[in-house]
Amino acid sequence: MFSITLCPSTPLTRRVQGARSGHKPAEVLNERNRSLKLFSWKLILSVAVIIAATIYILPTINPGIWPHKKINLGLDLQGGMHLVLEVETEKAVESTIERISNDLKGILRTKHISFAAIERTEETKISVALQGQENIDGFEKILDKEFRELRILSRTRDNDLLKISMDLPDEATDSIKKLAAAQALETIRNRIDQFGVSEPDIRMQGENRILIQLPGVTDTQRAKELIGKTALLEFKLLDESREPELALSEGVPPGSEILYEIREDAQTKRVVKRPYLVKKGALLTGSYLTDASVQIDSQYNEPYVSIDFDKKGARIFENITEENVKKRLAIVLDNKVYSAPVIQEKISGGHARITGSFTTEDARDLAIILRAGALPAPVKMLEERTVGPSLGTDSINKGLLSMWVGGLLVLLFMAFYYKWSGVVADIALMFNIVIIAGTLAAFQATLTLPGIAGIILTIGMAVDANVLVFERIREEMFLGKTPRAAIDAGYERATLTILDSNITTLIAGLVLFQFGTGPVKGFAVTLSIGIISSVFTVLVMSRIIFDYFLYYRKIKKLSL
Amino acid sequence: MELIKRGINIDFIGKRYIAFAISGLLIIISILSLIVRGGPQYGIDFAGGTLIQLKFKTPVEIGKIKTGLSAMNLSNSSVQIFGDEEENEFLVRTNAPVTTNKEFSQSLEEALITATGNGAEIRRIEMVGPQVGKDLQGKALFAIFYSLLFIAIYISGRFEFKWMLSGLTAAVLMGSVYFLSLFKINLAVLIAAALLVTFAIFWQLNLKYAMAAIVALAHDVMITVGMFSIFDKEFSLPIVAAILTIIGYSLNDTIIIFDRIRENLKKHTKSPLAFVINRSVNETLSRTILTSGTTLLVVIALFILGGGIIHDFAFALLVGITVGTYSTVYVASPILNAWQGKTKKRR
Repeated sequence: MFSITLCPSTPLTRRVQGARSGHKPAEVLNERNRSLKLFSWKLILSVAVIIAATIYILPTINPGIWPHKKINLGLDLQGGMHLVLEVETEKAVESTIERISNDLKGILRTKHISFAAIERTEETKISVALQGQENIDGFEKILDKEFRELRILSRTRDNDLLKISMDLPDEATDSIKKLAAAQALETIRNRIDQFGVSEPDIRMQGENRILIQLPGVTDTQRAKELIGKTALLEFKLLDESREPELALSEGVPPGSEILYEIREDAQTKRVVKRPYLVKKGALLTGSYLTDASVQIDSQYNEPYVSIDFDKKGARIFENITEENVKKRLAIVLDNKVYSAPVIQEKISGGHARITGSFTTEDARDLAIILRAGALPAPVKMLEERTVGPSLGTDSINKGLLSMWVGGLLVLLFMAFYYKWSGVVADIALMFNIVIIAGTLAAFQATLTLPGIAGIILTIGMAVDANVLVFERIREEMFLGKTPRAAIDAGYERATLTILDSNITTLIAGLVLFQFGTGPVKGFAVTLSIGIISSVFTVLVMSRIIFDYFLYYRKIKKLSL
Repeated sequence: MELIKRGINIDFIGKRYIAFAISGLLIIISILSLIVRGGPQYGIDFAGGTLIQLKFKTPVEIGKIKTGLSAMNLSNSSVQIFGDEEENEFLVRTNAPVTTNKEFSQSLEEALITATGNGAEIRRIEMVGPQVGKDLQGKALFAIFYSLLFIAIYISGRFEFKWMLSGLTAAVLMGSVYFLSLFKINLAVLIAAALLVTFAIFWQLNLKYAMAAIVALAHDVMITVGMFSIFDKEFSLPIVAAILTIIGYSLNDTIIIFDRIRENLKKHTKSPLAFVINRSVNETLSRTILTSGTTLLVVIALFILGGGIIHDFAFALLVGITVGTYSTVYVASPILNAWQGKTKKRR
């Protein structure tokens, strides 16, 4: 029953009451003063918390009201992509070894030192074989002068045949790996920045993994292609000594390889693979690029990518084109031939164009990755989680619906079961939700679907604390105490229980926060915040409301 | 309003054998189900693999979807209805991590149109490689281990009010785990060992309240895991999170009842223990039912309305909270009684 009896009691009646319950009047007054004092700092704190929480929530409800971000929604709620890539740093070591052995060959050739073999073996080793004392002496000199970084693994001398196996010392390989990972991170970051994603989260995870979170990305496949492409641009001469079809059937000449051009016919959607026989060893790579942009060919109205080289690159390009007029030069990206035009004349100035059957979008993406540069090593997709925007919206709606329904049921139940005291608990519960939302917004924590579940769970658990208090108060009232004494005793006795019954759940929440990833972390966040704020709202806020009725409205009967 | 009348006196301890029988039966069923299915079913989070959520415009048959998938070399995948039936959503799962690119999505959509005559929207793709799966397993096990550790420390200190002993428990537990980890033992085995060590310490130090509480916890987790196995549901990271939450939550009730038992032991020094326990459980019954009730209310709302993605998570909470409440009353308290009856010592 509703039975808050409002009784404008005078000091006299209070004194009588006090005397009845066995207290001396002075004590009553003292107690009252003490309570009022406590009441005030609690009140100030509570009001401050509620105001702060409300201020932080405002931008979420009405963006632009003041410059603070909205509540951060997880990928599962707003749609988007979560990727974990592994940079195959071993490959960076391999390519370094490959480069060193090419350098070695080059220098030996220019010094006219002949060698039987120089090759990369067991992925990251260089094996050299030389014949003749003269050659060996010359080689040793060059090795000591120019290749000091190489570590000699084995050396066998058989008369005038020297076989030597070398690699890079561990520190050197480690630093190559580290550098490759860091470069890959930087390159991917550049690509994503140019792709235009708002608030991407890209970071290193462990030694060679990169974690990428792209909230709100709708064209996920395109984003993935943009991120995952190594984008190694190479210019290679065609080996025109043999038809590629012939080479395929009768064997590829040494020093050459078969690469394919892959085109999709726009009309028939047929994919055509065309082989090219190209000479191994790139004459020029994309590392000399300064810019890449999309242009439209005025003649065929087809987009192409125009690239610019820096000074050194321009000089190399000039030399290549000068020396190979009338030959064909293949433009190769990630071992795929894009085009193989015939060099008509020497090209100076450092401009080139990459054509292919591009759509404007393809060309734009290619320009982006060329500008951002090649990855120092290929990347492998370890984990992918993609959520479409419609699913995210669905999840938000369903999450909110269950929150409303669950919350409403709890509110009604409390009001029904504990009457006006239940309403007090309900008010505390609503404050609790405001505080959780405010804290999420203030700390820019991420709200995920399990996070919403965490809030829902907190709604159920927050009233537990009130139940504990109310049941205690009922027991005290049953023993014949006045409402005030019963409330005091109820809160006092329930406080410890409330604190430590919440500690175990908080332990679970904090451990989950430490070890959880993505959505689960979101759950840990809302659960932990919810537990702390529910203890606060019950022990401080709902107490203030009771105190207000007890001391200012002077109720005599508790509606419980 | 009062749900439970004051002065109610149900003989909980007297019915302990029935309760033990029910609990025993549930645990046996759980274990049997786990054995029959060859351990818990791991979702792609832990096992690695690919998950694709599809939404069709109009109803389609699972068989037709499978036909479409086999055209894509995905014939080994399982297809399940996801969420409410009228939403026409399906979950495709393969054990192989499929790298999905533009061509893949396009040809999947085309294959599905050819097979079902119905356009499908790819709403969600999750791919977890084997390495990441292993990492996530490790993370989950670490989370379980640390929760267990901290909760064991907390309850041994809290229930017995002997923080020194609790410190000792922690030291022994960490020491033995460190010792075992030197042998490079599998983390799951390590956790089982840690649990056994915890039991042994509590037994040795005669920490009966802590022991009863942790037995009840093991009981709750066992049955929840068993229910997952029986209903053929998969373990994923959120489910582990739910189980840890259950552990934390179901201790709440136990703490309340044990506090009351201790309080009443001081009041009724002459009465037999079974009487005191019964009385304490009865006195706190109203709040036990109310606190669990309100929590169950919201979890049921989540279970029914929360949608497919959160469904299993809500299921775990639903089972765990129900079993946890039951075990506080019917498992933890009777175990306390059995132990104290045996040692003939009251404290």
